[in-house]
Amino acid sequence: MSHLAIIPLLLPLFTGIFLLLLREQRIYIKRTLSGISSLIQIAFAAYLLCTVSNGNILVYSLSNWPAPFGIVLMADRLAALLILTTSLLSVFALIYAMRGTDREGRQFHILFQLQLFGLNGAFLTADLFNLFVFFEVLLLASYSLMLHGGGRKRIRSGLHFVVINVVGSSLFLFAAGILYGVLGTLNMADLAVKVAHITPDNISLVKTAALLLFTVFALKAALLPLYLWLPSAYSQTSAPAAALFTIMTKVGIYSILRVYTLIFGNEAGPLANLLDDWLLPMALLTIIIGSFGLLGSKRLRQQVAYLVVISAGTLLTSFSLNSEAGIAAGLYYLPHTTFAAAALFLLADLIVKRRDQMEDKLEEGFVITRQRLLGMTFFVLAILVSSLPPLSGFIGKFMVLRAALEHPALPYIMTIILASGLLTIIAMARTGSLFFYEAHAVDKSTNTYVKQGPPEPLRVRELLPIFSLLGLCLLITAWSGPISQYGQDTAKQLLDTPTYIHAVLGKGVQ
Amino acid sequence: MEALISILIGILTAGGVYLCLRSHTFPVVLGLTLLSYAVNLFLFMMGRLVIGKPPIITEQASNYADPLPQALVLTAIVISFAMTAYIIVLALKARTEMGNDHVDGKEIR
Repeated sequence: MSHLAIIPLLLPLFTGIFLLLLREQRIYIKRTLSGISSLIQIAFAAYLLCTVSNGNILVYSLSNWPAPFGIVLMADRLAALLILTTSLLSVFALIYAMRGTDREGRQFHILFQLQLFGLNGAFLTADLFNLFVFFEVLLLASYSLMLHGGGRKRIRSGLHFVVINVVGSSLFLFAAGILYGVLGTLNMADLAVKVAHITPDNISLVKTAALLLFTVFALKAALLPLYLWLPSAYSQTSAPAAALFTIMTKVGIYSILRVYTLIFGNEAGPLANLLDDWLLPMALLTIIIGSFGLLGSKRLRQQVAYLVVISAGTLLTSFSLNSEAGIAAGLYYLPHTTFAAAALFLLADLIVKRRDQMEDKLEEGFVITRQRLLGMTFFVLAILVSSLPPLSGFIGKFMVLRAALEHPALPYIMTIILASGLLTIIAMARTGSLFFYEAHAVDKSTNTYVKQGPPEPLRVRELLPIFSLLGLCLLITAWSGPISQYGQDTAKQLLDTPTYIHAVLGKGVQ
Repeated sequence: MEALISILIGILTAGGVYLCLRSHTFPVVLGLTLLSYAVNLFLFMMGRLVIGKPPIITEQASNYADPLPQALVLTAIVISFAMTAYIIVLALKARTEMGNDHVDGKEIR
């Protein structure tokens, strides 16, 4: 049995535990270890992706217990893609954190590695209860990462974030309990088999559990009406944490995609395609609300948080088309939107540093230092997030719209996605012009003559992550052929549930 | 027996939901605790209520108590315990930072 599937879990876990043994003063050693571990994780994630890209499904039974009885990890194309995205994102967030964020509080690097442990675990597990456990791991790490550095506003939005997620976790347990009580299993492949042969008197119970699960995943994915925690939480936390959190909504989206293609997908008998009536309207409404939030935001970081909401809506719209093309388009769009939003969060932090008390308020301010470089970067990122040609955002949205051409709700999808694109352009243009064009030499609050904001040297550590994330988006643009091909193969694999079930359960029979 | 425990879970959940919607952090923490009690009992129930039977299959025993929900509930208890501890510390921290225990940090008169 290959141990490749468990390495993305063990590496951050052991790094985190080892870092715990070091004294807090030894920040340089911690930084080095954490960074090296993240780089190795990228290498393994890339290797995992190469291994599964030919259609293999790696199944790893923990403690060698056979499948429906023990917990199994499973790596297929989808899991490998998300793990690679996470590890690439994490290393740049980490480099940015080395600028000084990791000194604002204690144990930053440990929490960061444990967060990666939870994220990778959620993507790899093939067991519903184990998914709950990994959700808790990543949430507990994210609570502390979110509050890292402290501060009044951060603690207030953190309290909301923690409470709503704890309630979400109890709903998850209720759902898992019902599924186990009725079907007698929690292994996802086994659940898929049992749901297909469900007796009529249990249908409504299982349906309740399935929709409860959807509520939990929708909460994580920030789907309407459960998105309210996101804008304040993401805009108040530190920049590297916010950048890493852009992948957290994708955990919810991943879970929706996994559970509702595998367990309640096309072959689920009476419960087939359970979410069809719910997912598309809710996703479209999320895009609308997100666009309004984007226009109504008073701060740049709040705007970026709403961009995360919009991207969740767009991704779920594309997955809810329930077609191979739709899922493929969403999978192409997913890494792009994660990297672009993360880069914007980091850039927003650089702008905050240079505007002194103005922070990132959308008001006219003074000329910031290094405005040309920052302005150009903002311009390119704005093109990325508002899906203008020629970059990856345009290709992604084009693929989503093309996948929707056959769908009966095409007019709504087309109108809402295009209108939200227009609103994003308007919001980004307004922000850019306020920060970089209409900057005055006079500080209005004190009425004094200020030529430039506080001089703040621009370090390589700050620029490297932003440019690297930008570069990743350019790579996604340049390699859109192979990446969209990979997305199509992934979609084919996801919809082919019998192969998946055989891969997980067939091995257990041996 | 089943009816009694169902009603108990129902009451706990209702109380938990009510307290979660209160405006001060202390009732909210209590509400989350009640919710986690309810969900733990519920998970435990899902193995069906069996009295005086071994939790493993043996050749002599005709019936057995399902051991899996017991393992699940143990995990769930540990996790909810940790979460409660965390949230209490957070609520205390919020109380000192914001000067009051309102969930939005507002002073109510």
